[in-house]
This record gives sequence, structure tokens and C-alpha cells, in this order.
Amino acid sequence: MTTKRIFGRPESLTKTPHLYCPGCGHGIVHRIIAEVIDILNLREKTIGIAPVGCAVFAYDYFNFDVSEAPHGRPPAVATAIKRLLPDRLVFTYQGDGDLAAIGTAETIHAASRGENITIIFINNANYGMTGGQMAPTTIIGQKTATTPDGRKAEIHGHPLAICELLKGLPGVAFVARTTITRPSEVLKTRQLIKKAFEYQLNKKGFSLVEVLSPCPVDWKMDPGDAQKWIETEMVKTFPLGIFKE
Amino acid sequence: MKKTLLKGNIALCEGALAAGCRAYFGYPITPQNEVPAYMSERMAELGGTFIQAESELASINMVMGASIAGFRAMTSSSSPGISLMQEGISYLAGCELPAVIANVQRGGPGLGNIAGSQSDYFQAVKGGGHGDYRLIVLAPATVQEMYELTYDAFDLADRYRNPVMILADGVVGQMMEPAILNKENLSPSDLPEKDWILNGCQGRQPRLIRSLLMAEGALEQHNYHLAEKYKKISNTEIRYEASNLDNAQILLVGFGLCGRIIKEVQLIARSKKISVGTIRPITLWPFPTEIIHRAARKVKKVIVVEMNLGQMLEDVRLAVAGRVPVEFVGRPGGGIPTPEEIMEKIL
Repeated sequence: MTTKRIFGRPESLTKTPHLYCPGCGHGIVHRIIAEVIDILNLREKTIGIAPVGCAVFAYDYFNFDVSEAPHGRPPAVATAIKRLLPDRLVFTYQGDGDLAAIGTAETIHAASRGENITIIFINNANYGMTGGQMAPTTIIGQKTATTPDGRKAEIHGHPLAICELLKGLPGVAFVARTTITRPSEVLKTRQLIKKAFEYQLNKKGFSLVEVLSPCPVDWKMDPGDAQKWIETEMVKTFPLGIFKE
Repeated sequence: MKKTLLKGNIALCEGALAAGCRAYFGYPITPQNEVPAYMSERMAELGGTFIQAESELASINMVMGASIAGFRAMTSSSSPGISLMQEGISYLAGCELPAVIANVQRGGPGLGNIAGSQSDYFQAVKGGGHGDYRLIVLAPATVQEMYELTYDAFDLADRYRNPVMILADGVVGQMMEPAILNKENLSPSDLPEKDWILNGCQGRQPRLIRSLLMAEGALEQHNYHLAEKYKKISNTEIRYEASNLDNAQILLVGFGLCGRIIKEVQLIARSKKISVGTIRPITLWPFPTEIIHRAARKVKKVIVVEMNLGQMLEDVRLAVAGRVPVEFVGRPGGGIPTPEEIMEKIL
């Protein structure tokens, strides 16, 4: 009898154990990216850019070339790498503070120029690494370390919806928002990330996949409740779907 | 070789292109606007990459990306824009990424004005960004040097895997002079391969570029490693131009444009039978401390001349180490010290 291997570690992931918190979404999204890169057979042609935030350690977990970038600047770094090495797969992996606060200009202008790069945008509605402060994507009413009574629009402003903002830019080819709260959503996210990478490979322009991702420790929830909170509350502000393709 | 009448900012571009730089990223700011305009045209001709970035933050991070990918890359700006780049420069130094940054200085602080100035000496030489790092800083005084030092900056950057700053000023950037484009024209394929770049891990282990070192003691060790490199640079890369040090009664020290003014003062003083020696530091870091120290032994006093209110002055005083008085003639905010003002200190 022959045995067939049907599941295992993607070659694009290292064996380093993840240091992410229990219930954190980063591990799942890292694995999805690694699987897709394996499926596309691009491990040896990929350059990833890690953000500042929890996922700065992405470079310990991905088994391909990865660089750090200053906080918010991965789209600028990726822009130059892709322009100079146009046949490589170049992607950034950024959190909401990195992408939608300090790096808003870099994000919008890379998108507006139609840079042929892919951004994987992890939206967990707070600054995870620094202890759960308000993020640009913190939803109204959400309690964080710096909105102890909940985010109020009149004091803290409104949450920033990146997909809706980017979809109108002519340089943007593909924008989608997804989540990883259950296996069916994980598989959907994998399809969307694969599609985004394929847009890049086909030189179609800027692509971004936003993943609503749980941060149970900073949200002060258990992992199950965190997933439920995404599905019941977070999606009201950040509806899932493909915004442009 | 043929002499060409060139603007300093254009000579800077030609130096970069001759060195095989095919990646330029910049944002408009006076008095360096000739650089991005000229580079946009020349990069298109040469098949290079030119991006007008959305900010100086983006420019310096695009330079970082190009350097990560293994290419000779540069940006240019003027003082306020260079302030915005300091974060990126610190990362370049921390990640040991070669890059060339040209600062065609204007008057400050704040938005200041658009006249040539030398008031970013501290920022260039003493840090600017966060952390314990050094930039190699080159100070051109002529259009010819805008060409030559920019060319050399790329070699220095690659040799030491360190960012290099061209600290020019608005006057040198805007003036026109004959220059000889005397360097060998390199294309990227002429340059040696780099064994640390990220270009996809085909046939090798994946690589990582970072400055974050969280393991116990790792950052301390990284800083010692950088310090060793900086020591090597200090021992081998000091450049200066000196004249009449053996017989001088007075020593004048000035960099960039002021290095030319002190030569003029030397001639005026000679006509009044006063023997003046000059030292023009060409590398501001590493600083020519030793030659100033030795020259100061033989003179009655040292006069430092700058287009600021006394920045290099501090390094000259450290070099002179109290042996003789060190006086200062300088003008801030776009003012240029005149030979007459300097002669008053001499007489």
C-alpha cells in the first residue's frame, strides 16, 4: 500500500515556532501566503517586506527573501524592488497602523501609481504589538488602551476603510476584504490572495487583500469570541467582498 | 579631456550616472530641482528607474528598496527634505545598505530660505537620525567635485555597505563652471555582484535584511560591528586639500564653498606679507583631525570659516585641542562670508 502525503508544512514556511499570541490571525495568514507561493512555485522568486508591528517577525517564519522596512514605508520599499526586478513576486505584509495611519501616503501613492505589487493588509482594529491602542481601523464604540470608553467619532474620528478608499483609483487592479474566522473563510482568503498574486504576475497593477484578523489578547476576548466579534461587529464597518477586479 | 560648462547639480547627476547609478528617487525642492528634472530625462535614455516620489520619506525608502535589490541608488534634496529622510537614513545605516544622498543645502532652520548655506553640518556629521551610526560625508567645493565626489560616493557606499552623503550647498549646486567628465562610465553589469542582496532565493538560502535585533546582546554586538567598520573608514578614507602649512602664521579652515573663499583670502594676505595656510576638509566625516592638529602647532591662530554660526568649528576646536586660539567667521541664513570680513580677523 502506498501512502500519499496530503498535508504538511509549506516549503515557504520555516520550522521556527510562531511567537504570536494564542488565537492571533497572523499565523493563519502567514500559512496561507506560504501555501499560495508554493502553489504558484514562486518561492525562489519572491521578496517579501515585513512591517513594523507584531508581524515584523514575519521574516523569521517565511522561507524566502524578506526585508524589514521602516514603519509605514513598505509600499515605497516594494515599489523600488519591483521596478528594478520586475519578474519577481514582490509583496508587503502590513498591519492597520503601518498601512492606514503612518503609511497612508505611501499606500495611496503606490496604489495611485499602479505599482505592480501586492499588499496583504492585516486589519485587527488595534495596535497589537504596543498594547492595543486605537488604530485608524478601530470601530466606533470599540474599547482600546487609548479609547477606554470606546471610540467616539466626535472625539477620535471615524474608522478608515481602506478598500473603499482605494477602489476608485485607476491604478488599482484588485482589492478585496476577507477574514479567517472559519475554515470556509480561510479557503476564501487563500483564493483571494492567490488571485492578487496572479494579478501581479500578469502585470495588471496594484493589488491589495485586506484580512480582518483576530487579536484576542488585546481585544481582551477568548479566541472564539474574537472570531464571533469579527463576524458580528467588525464586518458592519468593514464589509467583506471584492471591491475591484 | 574636453571641458564642459556644467551646473553643479547636473555634474552631480553625471557623476552618479557614470558610477552606474540607474535608480533615482526624489521630490522637488529648491535649490536642487535640476537634479530630478535631469535624472528623469537621463534615466529614460539609459533604461534606468526614475520615480518622483510623494515625499522625501518615500524617496529615501525607495532608495532603500533599490539598494536591497542590489542596485546603485540615490536621492537628492535640500535641507528640509533631508530632515524628513533621517528615519530612512538611520535604517540604511542599521541595515548596512549602501546608498547616496545628496543634500544641496539651503538656509534654515524651518523652511528658511532657498539661498545656499552650510547649516546642516551637525545633522550630516553628528547623526541626524536615531542611533549610534555614522554617514560618510563628502563636501564638494566645485562643479568638478560635484561630479567626482558623487562618483566616488557610490564606491565608498558599496565598499563599506554604508550610506554616503554629498553635503553640497545651493551655491555649488547652482553655479556653472567648466568640468571634465574624467571618470570611467560604468553600467550596472560592470559592477561586482553583491552577496547579501534580496533578489529571490534561487539556488541559495533565503536572506534577510533588518535592523531589528531583539535577542539578548545582539544589538550591542551589531553596534560593535558597525563601530569597527567606522574605525576602518576613519583610518583610510580621510580626504582634504591643504596649502602652505609649513610657513603659515595663520591657518584658515573651511569646507565646500568656504574652502574657495579661504584660498582667496590667502592671496590677499600674501599681498600684505602675511603667510596663511589653508585646510579644506573634503570628508567631513571622517574628519581630518590629525592634519589640523599638526598644522595648528605652527601657527599663531586658527580661523574657521563657515556659512553657518559655527558647526565644523567644534570639530576644529577638538582637533586643535587648545594649542592656539580658534576664531570664527561665519554667516547664517544664506549669508556668505566675504574675504574682507575674514581679513579683519587676520589683521
